Amino acid sequence: MKITGAEALIKALEMESVDVMFGYPGGCILPAYDPLLKSSIRHILVRHEQGAGHMAEGYAHVTGRPGVAMVTSGPAATNLVTPLCDAYMDSIPMVAITGQVSTTAIGTDAFQECDTVGITRSITKHNELVMSAEDLPLAIRQAFHIATTGRPGPVLIDVPKDVLQNSMTWHWPTDEEVQASLPGYHPTTKGHPRMIKEAAKLMLTAERPVLYLGGGVLKSRAAEVVREIAELLNIPVVTTLMARGAFPDSHPLCLGMPGMHGTAAAVTAMQKSDLLIALGARFDDRVTGKVSAFAQEAKIIHVDIDPAEQGKVRRPDVPIVGDCKLVSIEILKALRELLDGGEVQADIAPWRSRCSGWQEQFPLSYEPSAPGAALKPQFCLEQIRDHAPEGTILVSGVGQHQMWSSQYWHFDEPYTWVNSGGLGTMGFSVPAAIGAKVGRPDKTVWAIDGDGCFQMTAQELITASISKIPIKVGILNNSYLGMVRQWQEMFYGERYSEVDLGGGVPDFVKWAEAMGCVGIRVDSPEEVAPAIERANSINDRPVVVDFRVEEFEKVFPMVAAGASNDDIILQPSQNERREYLR
Amino acid sequence: MSTYPSPQRHHILSVLVQNKAGVLARVASLFARRGYNIFSLAVAPTEDSQFSRITIVVDVEGTTLEQIVKQLFKLIEVVRISELDPQKSVERELFMATVRTDGENRGQIVELANIFEAKVLAVGVDALTLSLEGSPEKLDDFEELLRGYGIVELQRTGRIALPKLDREAHSRAVKGKAS
Repeated sequence: MKITGAEALIKALEMESVDVMFGYPGGCILPAYDPLLKSSIRHILVRHEQGAGHMAEGYAHVTGRPGVAMVTSGPAATNLVTPLCDAYMDSIPMVAITGQVSTTAIGTDAFQECDTVGITRSITKHNELVMSAEDLPLAIRQAFHIATTGRPGPVLIDVPKDVLQNSMTWHWPTDEEVQASLPGYHPTTKGHPRMIKEAAKLMLTAERPVLYLGGGVLKSRAAEVVREIAELLNIPVVTTLMARGAFPDSHPLCLGMPGMHGTAAAVTAMQKSDLLIALGARFDDRVTGKVSAFAQEAKIIHVDIDPAEQGKVRRPDVPIVGDCKLVSIEILKALRELLDGGEVQADIAPWRSRCSGWQEQFPLSYEPSAPGAALKPQFCLEQIRDHAPEGTILVSGVGQHQMWSSQYWHFDEPYTWVNSGGLGTMGFSVPAAIGAKVGRPDKTVWAIDGDGCFQMTAQELITASISKIPIKVGILNNSYLGMVRQWQEMFYGERYSEVDLGGGVPDFVKWAEAMGCVGIRVDSPEEVAPAIERANSINDRPVVVDFRVEEFEKVFPMVAAGASNDDIILQPSQNERREYLR
Repeated sequence: MSTYPSPQRHHILSVLVQNKAGVLARVASLFARRGYNIFSLAVAPTEDSQFSRITIVVDVEGTTLEQIVKQLFKLIEVVRISELDPQKSVERELFMATVRTDGENRGQIVELANIFEAKVLAVGVDALTLSLEGSPEKLDDFEELLRGYGIVELQRTGRIALPKLDREAHSRAVKGKAS
């Protein structure tokens, strides 16, 4: 039976078990929106294509399933560039479908034509311009296969209008056909047995080991087995910004987040370590600080599914290419065999007590606000955290509020934290939270945003209102580009240049109400808890809480850009105890 | 004057790719994106029309080469990458040049071409177009000698290479099984 390319496209998405997609119709993609009317797929109509992309990301973050975004050609495709790059940097599985001008018009500078595959080539795991309707089902199958296997990432399929309109004979490719069509794509998932054994031996002999967990632990769904490894050997654990929730913050072995705004304990433990066991982490510059001064005495076991991460920043002593979960299971087995065979783990009790000492001496802290003075953003976060229903998903934008969110929330479950780590995309929070809520409607979703970030993508709250996606947004509103302001204060002699967002405008409550949300303004500490409780009780529409917070609050600890992690800047009140960091 | 980088920094990558639209752009943009320098590049279909072979000469230190190879291998359409050791491979390149001649020195140029076993492709009133196929080093020498006569236009193809047929393993497979 003959069907159109558009029907084949939608059918292919259904075959891939897509239950929801985020999109925006327009000229070239128009034919695909007709069969969508009869489809089982729920389509969320966004207000800007960037929103569709971030929603797909948020959905993928919390469900582990690929997020799908569909938009038209030209400006719609270019609006998708930021989320694609974001998903690429953070290894988020995503499939983007863009309309394209008809095959006969390609290259003529036709209306709404742009070189979408050219523009997105370096920010997608793969992309493809489909030139015939017959090729659509295979292209879609390949896209989902590539997006979700190996190191996950975004795949873009560009579909010319006539390809959607032409008729074709439906054929759904088999697994074998997909494999055969990708002769160069065979991700290594099983670790090398000799390397795994070597890793296990090193772990038993290390006196100052640290488990350095990255986003790959969550991507491979390895949290449980990694916890078993940590508990078997009592190894302290740090969770990077992309791995928050991969290991419970409440666990005695957890030192929290490492890196530029990590806890002093996590940063220092890595620095003094003699063995870093990096699982699905990529030695990002925000974690290592000055690379030549990073964990100089540490041997490195590096487990990553992407061979290109091995040795990219730091040469590992034991490189293991493979899926974090599969490799961790094998490492655990190898450890148990060694222990059963009579091997004895080195005494790491002194190391454990050094790490706990750092934790006790240098907890995350801030100066509470003086009576009558402005709210502290950290206090607002603590209150949201303490009032949050169990399993609440926290989503953040980028900047100070993101760091405070990561620091002050207690992440005890995987997939409860969504943020833009690698690309650092301001405006990520609201649309990503919408995507997360669509993926997990059973959970409370709080978006923590800055006033700068909020103004970039707030229009998606209209999408949330109309499509009945009741997220909660807490704006930590200091009326500044807070992180940039902090850098200007600390590194540019308090010369503030273009960071004042002009407090008072816009009126976030009115704006929220105009978009069909409930808006609440909070100025003083005693208003915080009631506002949060009210927000938590509203489940028929989105809520925006405008927390008016202290303008000059800074994020601590901090490692200045390019500085050594040894030169961590502590919360000022902890400076006198600095000697304990040795 | 050698046109090619010093042997320590000169690496030949033989990259087998799916013969599809856009693959060359993908490879080229990866080099640009990661800040690697392509020295020369030649691309054509192989004996199997499904695949093309891209021969890339890169000018880098060893550690960067490892990253280049690994990043290249991440491209979905890249099927295999071999680094060809210059000592253990045969390399060829094609060279064409139009050289000015005043008539008197035409004989000298033709003689020079004969010594190098180059071909005279076209004869003009005051110029000759020559072609030479051979090892890149031989082409370098020929180019240097022609320069004195005045080269009007010059085009080289970039090298192509295959492993030498000797008893040992000739091409070190850099990729295939990730290490």
